[in-house]
Amino acid sequence: MEKLTSVEGRAYPFGMKNVDTDIVIPAHWLKTISRSGLGKGAFEVLRTEPGNVFDDPEYAGSPILIAGDNFGCGSSREHAAWALMDLGIKVVIAPSFSDIFSGNAFKNGILTVVLPQEAIDRLMEVARTDPISVDLEHQSVTTPFQDRFAFDIDPFRKQCLLGGLDEIGLTLASGAAIDGYEAKAARERPWVVPAIA
Amino acid sequence: MTKPTTLYQKIWDAHVVETRPDGTCLIYIDRHLVHEVTSPQAFEGLRVGGRKVRRPDLTLAVPDHNLPTTARRDANGQRIPIANAESAQQLAALERNAPEFGIRLIGDADPEQGIVHVIGPEQGFTLPGTTMVCGDSHTSSHGALGSLAFGIGTSEVEHVLATQTLQLKPSKTLEVRVEGELGFGVTPKDVALAICGALGTAGGTGYVIEYRGSVFETMSIEGRLTVANMSIEAGARSGLFAPDEKTFAYLQGRPMAPKGADWDAAVAYWKTLKTDEGAVFDKSITIDAATIAPNVTWGTSPEDVVAITGVVPDPESFADASKRAAAAKSLDYMGLTPGQKLAEVPVENIFIGSCTNSRIEDLRAAASVLKGRHIAPGVKQALVVPGSGLVKRQAEAEGLDGIFKAAGFEWREPGCSACLSMNPDRVPAGERCASTSNRNFMGRQGPGARTHLVSPVMAAAAAVTGHLTDVRELIEDKKGMVA
Repeated sequence: MEKLTSVEGRAYPFGMKNVDTDIVIPAHWLKTISRSGLGKGAFEVLRTEPGNVFDDPEYAGSPILIAGDNFGCGSSREHAAWALMDLGIKVVIAPSFSDIFSGNAFKNGILTVVLPQEAIDRLMEVARTDPISVDLEHQSVTTPFQDRFAFDIDPFRKQCLLGGLDEIGLTLASGAAIDGYEAKAARERPWVVPAIA
Repeated sequence: MTKPTTLYQKIWDAHVVETRPDGTCLIYIDRHLVHEVTSPQAFEGLRVGGRKVRRPDLTLAVPDHNLPTTARRDANGQRIPIANAESAQQLAALERNAPEFGIRLIGDADPEQGIVHVIGPEQGFTLPGTTMVCGDSHTSSHGALGSLAFGIGTSEVEHVLATQTLQLKPSKTLEVRVEGELGFGVTPKDVALAICGALGTAGGTGYVIEYRGSVFETMSIEGRLTVANMSIEAGARSGLFAPDEKTFAYLQGRPMAPKGADWDAAVAYWKTLKTDEGAVFDKSITIDAATIAPNVTWGTSPEDVVAITGVVPDPESFADASKRAAAAKSLDYMGLTPGQKLAEVPVENIFIGSCTNSRIEDLRAAASVLKGRHIAPGVKQALVVPGSGLVKRQAEAEGLDGIFKAAGFEWREPGCSACLSMNPDRVPAGERCASTSNRNFMGRQGPGARTHLVSPVMAAAAAVTGHLTDVRELIEDKKGMVA
């Protein structure tokens, strides 16, 4: 996973509420067996609309996406995070996220920042003309106009993002504890292992 | 005396491998279902990292999303090639990955093949008190049997394959009570839609739901599967039912369920799995069963629910500005006008299927409405897609296929089908579908498709009249209908 410390650049002033992962990447794009190339299908349904932010040259290649409440609801498809990654998005800022999406984003090195609606409204305004800075180390989002919004993040996630750490590698370091759990479970609940059909 | 705890807490506590100082836990995963869409990149990750599957015996693979629901083998038993090259490639990847990593695969033409969330319970792979995951958000379904089951992304699929664990933080708990008695024609699907309407699509975010109250106590296991399935539509990754005698009766004798002394030990343990008297939930809601009507969705989010007797709402009637904007956008997409009666909305497509409503009770219920009737002239496509090969066989043994076919329905092979249209089954742009699936998102059933979520009996009623219809008007007493 790529390290993420701070991101500065233009932001898509998107703002839409309840964006489900079918909107982020429709199902017919899920037939791939690789993680890359999904940017082409990102927000496909919305991109049929003239004047949408994703095809506006003003915002092309922006590393930040500003979204509305409950971003990423619906399907568990990690393709949604891969599609954003393929578009070059490194940070999504919204008032709230679905649980599965924020986990998927994190596992791909995308930072999800939760800020109150007033802050989102202000960032939407700034994003139309100017860049935005996100500093993970100091947990803040700033604008060239002296706006500063502090955000919370799970310390473990922060550490993983800053260090670009591989979560599987971290867990495998607990191999002995997993062995111990399995031995105990086999004694106490032997029926958990499925019968051979 | 120990502190009273919730069912969720009990299952969680029994699966903690390690707790870190920040509260993150390494949670052991007892069951892992794998399908062809969200697993290829996970297996590729294992291969690149030189890693193995830690517990292939706790893992079960089955293709479901991409499979055509037309015949899969010719008269000589040879596979009929899948026309879409990418779908064929995903199926081929699963067929290669499962044996390579030692995982049991239920193949595309095996009699047990079906939607992951239908075959898990059906095979007895799903058990009370277990933790279960799958790269699919409707994994919440398995909570109907008292399994703490939730959808995960592909990176987590890889993590579970490699370590049989996940790094998680505990969720908050949400009690959803439905008390009283459901009216005639009101089904578990209507209850699930009513809950989505009451909570909203983000109301359950961060929570695990526990379904309690008299309606759920008397509900069949298949009805509970429908309700638990749609937990995620209210934002909750999991929805639990405490296991009871119905659960044990459902599971006993299933192929992968415990046998003999193991069965007895398991049941004794499962009986301890309930929320203690006095345990506290972080949030609770109660719905009076008498207020639930046969429901239908009008918009592009499962929270956009209204009784079939109602009208399309006016976006201006919503207090919140962003909700007003969303509703206006939804109505534009759906081609509906405020004040329009739902029961007058014509439909061209009917879909009976999906992990929400494709089990034998769903098919019996729909068939009970269709018996002796025929689809209306305006209905261009009417599909029944059983949830599994075993459901299909059972339905055929009961003669349900004959009822569907005589009514003008197509009787298909099992799979996810037109719920999300990864296979050739879809709803054409601009057309409507009365669908027993779980999501009415824009483009879900095909680009431009307009989805109205309903129960199986309501889908059958719409098929007969050609418009969304209150099923209670078609069958006036309980004798004729299995609901």
